[in-house]
Amino acid sequence: MSKDIRIKKGLDIKLVGEAEKTTENAIVSNFYSIRPEDFHSIIPKLVAKEGTRVKAGETLFYNKDNEAMKFVSPVSGEVTEIQRGPRRRIDAIKITADKEQSFVDHGKFDMSADADKIKEHLLASGCWAFIKQRPYDVIAKADSTPKAIFISGYASAPLAADLDFTLADKKAELQAAVSALAKLTEGNVHISVGSTDSPLANLNDAITHKVSGPHPSGNVGTLINKVDPINKGEIVWTVNAQDLVIIGELLLTGKFNAERIIAFAGSSVKKPRYFKTKIGSEVATMIYDNGVEKDGNDRIISGNVLSGKQIAPDGNLDYYSNVITVIPEGDDYEFFGWNKPIFNKVSTSRAFTFSWLNPKKKYDLNTNTNGEHRAFVVTGSYEEVFPLDIYPMQILKACMYKDLDEMEALGMYEVAPEDFALTEFICVSKQPHQKIIREGLDLMLKEIG
Amino acid sequence: MGLKQNLHNFKVKNKDKKWLPGFNALFTFLYTPNETTHGGTHIKAADDLKRTMNTVILALVPCLIFGMFNAGYQHYVAQGLIDSADGFLGASFWTWDNLVIGLWKVLPLVVVSYGVGLAVEFVFAIIKGHEVEEGYLVTGMLVPLIVPVDIPLWMLAVAVIFGVVIGKEVFGGTGMNILNPALTIRAFLFFAYPTWMSGDKVWVHGAVERDAAIAAGENLDAFSGETLLGYYAKSGQELTVAGTDTVTTYGDRAADLYSYADMFWGIIPGSVGETSKFLIIIGALFLIFTKIGSWRIMLSTVIGALVMGLIFNGVVDAGWIGESSKFYGLMSVPFWQHLIIGSILFGAVYMATDPVTASQTNKGKWIYGFLIGFISIMIRVFNPAYPEGVFLAILLMNVFAPTIDHYVVQGNVKKRMKRLKAKVA
Repeated sequence: MSKDIRIKKGLDIKLVGEAEKTTENAIVSNFYSIRPEDFHSIIPKLVAKEGTRVKAGETLFYNKDNEAMKFVSPVSGEVTEIQRGPRRRIDAIKITADKEQSFVDHGKFDMSADADKIKEHLLASGCWAFIKQRPYDVIAKADSTPKAIFISGYASAPLAADLDFTLADKKAELQAAVSALAKLTEGNVHISVGSTDSPLANLNDAITHKVSGPHPSGNVGTLINKVDPINKGEIVWTVNAQDLVIIGELLLTGKFNAERIIAFAGSSVKKPRYFKTKIGSEVATMIYDNGVEKDGNDRIISGNVLSGKQIAPDGNLDYYSNVITVIPEGDDYEFFGWNKPIFNKVSTSRAFTFSWLNPKKKYDLNTNTNGEHRAFVVTGSYEEVFPLDIYPMQILKACMYKDLDEMEALGMYEVAPEDFALTEFICVSKQPHQKIIREGLDLMLKEIG
Repeated sequence: MGLKQNLHNFKVKNKDKKWLPGFNALFTFLYTPNETTHGGTHIKAADDLKRTMNTVILALVPCLIFGMFNAGYQHYVAQGLIDSADGFLGASFWTWDNLVIGLWKVLPLVVVSYGVGLAVEFVFAIIKGHEVEEGYLVTGMLVPLIVPVDIPLWMLAVAVIFGVVIGKEVFGGTGMNILNPALTIRAFLFFAYPTWMSGDKVWVHGAVERDAAIAAGENLDAFSGETLLGYYAKSGQELTVAGTDTVTTYGDRAADLYSYADMFWGIIPGSVGETSKFLIIIGALFLIFTKIGSWRIMLSTVIGALVMGLIFNGVVDAGWIGESSKFYGLMSVPFWQHLIIGSILFGAVYMATDPVTASQTNKGKWIYGFLIGFISIMIRVFNPAYPEGVFLAILLMNVFAPTIDHYVVQGNVKKRMKRLKAKVA
């Protein structure tokens, strides 16, 4: 069964530095970090102390609210440092990797097991972290049953890793993961694909939706909204397509293999292409060996340019990303930047901005805000890039004045911060939309749960 | 880059000073700041609020320039020194003499409007410690275009202070105001100094002075500064043409003086910048093309005005109202002519579309615009003492815009509730 989804509202931001479709093994990094902040709203309880030796797949910490929910090490090695922030918050757990990797053996999983068994297995093996839920865009509660599970197999964000390419040989793992997940929901597993050749197309136990149109056609939030929007009291789960591979491999072989093919992209990268690396891997060696200037003024982003995280050169690939983007910083003034005609930046207006002339042109954008922060003024522009059946400006304002009833009525249960990445990108008032939504969701999570 | 570096160092050195927003306003006028993104999207689109506002100002410039020439032209025509403009491109319109009057009378309006308004903005920015916002850039340009040319500058200054403080700053500045600041300024003038804002003298430079001179006993011909709406409002009444013995009616006199082409091209008396329908339409197309102005509001306002005009025409055709009625004159104006007399188009394009005070939802914009057009013509016809209702209609709808939005958004909320109910049932 398949259904086509075509969206018209949106915006494809075409950037210079798209990854060429060749995969290399990244020079193996010795250092890996797991940052609990990747797991939003989870309070970690540390198991591995400094000096502990761990195998790949061994528990580093668990969820304070649910001891069964483990978070595991991506590699085998020694825990060398626990970095702490204010109030002894755990910032990062650093692991120095062994030369020879050894894995915890969780055992080949019996695929005919029932839902409870599957849940238990995923929780214990660290794979639960890959399952997120909406409302609130946090790691799924283990005792919940979702009405459906959504997976986006089409990456439409700027410079995103092409999933058809990175998952090409992983059909068996994908199928295993999808079959297992399908048992955890009362409803269906919905997968969106860009083309029917995708390795994610036509998997058993899932419904394939072919999506087309500009970004955010590949966002899972768009898929949910078009297929089966979330109502009050309902829960859906989402899983990133590349993480299905890790789940699948665990089920098939018993190994937690944190390997992931990532796109290394952006205009500051001399030879952008794909690399095989692992979750938590330090990015310094990879980026500097591949043509990013060492003393250059660049921004390194774990994730895409719209919703990724800024990381330092000695930072690491975060738990959910399959892209490292490097773009120039824009910390310079521009003479009469507010009124001169602009040809080298993207804009949805035509106010002496000429990106409408040449929709296929690729741009080299930097991190300048192109203007100062202001109150909301312009109306009607967000709607042009926002395909969900929600009033974006109204819901943002509801979040800002913290009216829980209104947030709920306007559809807060359906959204995640990344859904507001495009409206944030085009915002004339330079408002931090994703932060506003994140804080709104956190408030709801705290007050309503 | 010497200048850039020096300004940057100056800013860094004085970053704790209270007056820094004042400096920043000038600095960011020269240079887009060096701010980079933090959290959220790492890249941003090219447009900022300055660019948006600047685009609107550019769309207004033709109206301002035309207004200057028209000020001089109307002044000389009323004195009988020029016969006729011979159309929009006519030789006697775009003359140096006309422009000199315009520069002399209109530029001070612009200077006072910007000077006083921006001063208020700077003071508030420094008191409240935020950056100087760009909202006034457009307001300051609109104000000189919507007042009579002879308005005393001190009145304008008082009105601007009132409009910016009460109309905007008390609500929290640009983006927070309920009423359109430019129209708040005009409303203040209108109700505080009605003799300078309406009547048959104020619309042409010199008419008021001439009246005063005649009253003082000088032997001069009075000249009229009446707008077309003034003529139409009194269309049945008798009128002796100044300087002659000809007795006619106001309606016939208007037809003698001004052709439809004059109305369309804007060679008629009126507020400084609102007369040329041609240039307003050019401005509207520019705003729609650049996606800065809302075509929904512009179009729906025009539709609203036409519908009200048609209704009035229907009333006249049905014979429900006689020629003796004081409303007959304006009611019997063919519906489409309402668009080229008065300032409905200027209001629709530059005033109703102010995104802060208009409806913010796309559906709401249709309703908001339609009602502005509808009510404008209603006020125009039923209030012949002050025969223009556009600014009142827009201010009224500014107040109702949040209500319109509320019901539009409720539609979306109800849909969500229905979906939930269908699930539960």
